[in-house]
Amino acid sequence: MITCKEFLNELNEFLDETVGPETKAELQRHVTECPNCFVIVDTTKKTLKVFRGVTEKMIPGDVHDRLMKALEKKMAAKAAPPPTS
Amino acid sequence: MPASESGAVADPGVFDESALVAKARAGDAAAFNDLVTRYERKIFRLAKHITQNDEDAEDVLQEAFLKAYEHLPDFQGQSKFYTWIVRIAVNESLMKLRKRKSDRTVPLDEPLDTGEDVVVREIAVWEDDPEKKYSREELANILDEAVQSLRPAFRTVFVLRDIEELSTEETAEALGISVPAVKSRLLRARLQLREKLTRLFKRKGDNVFDYM
Ligand SMILES: [Zn+2]
Repeated sequence: MITCKEFLNELNEFLDETVGPETKAELQRHVTECPNCFVIVDTTKKTLKVFRGVTEKMIPGDVHDRLMKALEKKMAAKAAPPPTS
Repeated sequence: MPASESGAVADPGVFDESALVAKARAGDAAAFNDLVTRYERKIFRLAKHITQNDEDAEDVLQEAFLKAYEHLPDFQGQSKFYTWIVRIAVNESLMKLRKRKSDRTVPLDEPLDTGEDVVVREIAVWEDDPEKKYSREELANILDEAVQSLRPAFRTVFVLRDIEELSTEETAEALGISVPAVKSRLLRARLQLREKLTRLFKRKGDNVFDYM
């Protein structure tokens, strides 16, 4: 059986399911046989889930307005460049 | 492992970014505004996560899109516009941090990946749905604090990979670091966050070591 350290080094690949079937089976076996790594996998998954659940997807209206205004100014300046030639 | 847990992507998939970029490059202001509207929330959020500050995040947001507009003719279109604007925003965010960092000792570009072992100290089962014990605001504060406690080099990788859901390769490109560096930093970031949340969310008096 692989060691916990070896397992932890592959934890992300295991969570993200980016390992080949052979490695995956080996990692899966470690999880079923090692209560510590089982808990680590479980709580890491939950950690990611909590973060994805609450992250804000809004932008304050005034922040948006000021951004658009700044862009408008920039575009206007570009549309009417000082004569060069 | 249920597939539904592996990242809910809110992308409708029909969005044609390269067509918009081409129009914007040809001088179509409305097309550029579409790109802005499409990505401003993500850019603001990632800037906020990296800088941990509303004012800085707004500065970063404006700087990033103004720079993108200005440098649009240089944008080659080999990478996605989104990855490109993320890269600009990350650089702007890190500059903000550097300016603020005069009192801290950790340089942002320190070599972090050399022989540092992955350490797990806290191993405990969580309560059921621990997040439900907190209000939305309390939980947001807990998560902000946890992210803030990460070193900037870990934090940026975590934000891009796990909050903005960029791929490992896109994250490497946006940060200008190698794929192995992204992987190594992400592992440490995830484990450190897990550790911090475990201290708050663990089921009391229920340590796995008790059973061993
Ligand atoms: Zn183990």
